[in-house]
Amino acid sequence: MIKLIDVAKFYDTRHGRVRIFDHVNLAIAPGDKVGILGRNGAGKSTMIRLISGAEQPTSGRIERTMSVSWPLAFGGAFQNTLTGLDNLRCICRIYGIFPEDKIEFVEDFSELGGYLREPVRTYSAGMRARLAFALSMVVEFDCFLIDEIVAVGDARFTEKCRTELFEKRGDRAMIIVSHDPTYIRAHCDRASALVGGRLHHFEDLDEAFSFYNAAMVGPAEAA
Amino acid sequence: MRFSLRDLLRSGAIEWRIVHALLMREVLTRFGRHNIGFLWLFVEPMIFTLGVTALWTFAKMMHGSSLPIAAFALTGYSAVLLWRNMPSRTIGAVDPNLALMYHRNVKVMDVFLARLILEAAGATISFVVLSIVFIAIGMIEPPEDLLVVTAGWFMLAWFGFSLAVFLGALSEEYEIVEKLWHPSAYLLFPLSGAAFLVDALPVAAQQAVLYLPMVHGVEYLREGYFGSQINAHYDLQYMALCNTALLLLGIAQLRKISRMVIPE
Repeated sequence: MIKLIDVAKFYDTRHGRVRIFDHVNLAIAPGDKVGILGRNGAGKSTMIRLISGAEQPTSGRIERTMSVSWPLAFGGAFQNTLTGLDNLRCICRIYGIFPEDKIEFVEDFSELGGYLREPVRTYSAGMRARLAFALSMVVEFDCFLIDEIVAVGDARFTEKCRTELFEKRGDRAMIIVSHDPTYIRAHCDRASALVGGRLHHFEDLDEAFSFYNAAMVGPAEAA
Repeated sequence: MRFSLRDLLRSGAIEWRIVHALLMREVLTRFGRHNIGFLWLFVEPMIFTLGVTALWTFAKMMHGSSLPIAAFALTGYSAVLLWRNMPSRTIGAVDPNLALMYHRNVKVMDVFLARLILEAAGATISFVVLSIVFIAIGMIEPPEDLLVVTAGWFMLAWFGFSLAVFLGALSEEYEIVEKLWHPSAYLLFPLSGAAFLVDALPVAAQQAVLYLPMVHGVEYLREGYFGSQINAHYDLQYMALCNTALLLLGIAQLRKISRMVIPE
């Protein structure tokens, strides 16, 4: 289980304290597929960082009794001067995995071939994204956090990622953050909408979308 | 919440795993695999110490004792490298490592620990290797009391570590720390006891300079190296007190900034 209990997050900015959200409660059971909807700047990524444990809430509690991934869309903390292989070794050491077993998989999946032994700074954006996705599949988690659409490389590679994540790991819990209804519909069973600094829960996807769409066309959210 | 020994051991294992991962990453990014690679860790401080030793020898620097200048420079300058380079490695250390903080178990302290272990190891290897070389070619006598030398070195490393954690954590909140550290480090060098023996100073100056914790460490180090030839002035209790206070302040500040660090 992952439980967010009365979680609030505030940031101190140049124009004073800003509330991102508060009174947020959320429970994720093993295997749950939950979408979080929200417009740009609503605090979706902040929420993902809080759930992952990379950032601490201002108040409230977050309990985790299953392992949670890092936010998947993110580059994987590459050190640009290091090779892809060194970056793989670093991630493996952090998560206590023996790296040598994973080299073949990453080499294969990322389709980088010999470039895996070149510094990451020489990679194109697509190569980096492929490496990042391959690295995220190296560590097994009970719950995957997916920030925006995992659209990597060309259509064929996107399909490969979809199989790897949503089919082979279909039994895991997933929290998907996006403003794209199609993506959420394809992969989630329920959704919550982050609107006006509150998280609204819906068991039904259609209800979630109609609420979200109404909020989008309605008056600007009162802060 | 209940804490058991097993939880503690598991936390310890995770902690070591993270620091080890960061250590390897740091070694590769700092030294790479080109030319002598990892050896730069202690070759660089060795070149520094050798250069200063040569300069002081040619300048026939006055230090108020009959000690050979080589012995004087080796103990003094190695000590400076030890405590002065550690804060330089932690100040501004968070920013280049922000992306790593996306991994839950990676904390600011781990980044500091990896860098500080590396820095202390470099300075220590440099000091030991140069000591052995200088002794082997007869430039200096072997230390009179190795245990005292070790203890003095440890006290200086502890001071450097505490100062580094404190200033590193403070620099995350106040940019001015980084700006002020360079001139302060430069100005503290002549006052740190590296280039003089406390005994050679006028009494009023002795009292003033002994407010600086690292002076006690350098004096104790020299007590161990050539205690019978000098009259060392030190108060290890005072130094330990300063080190502890700095470390506690550092950990408190670290706790404060840990809540503010946002992975990029």
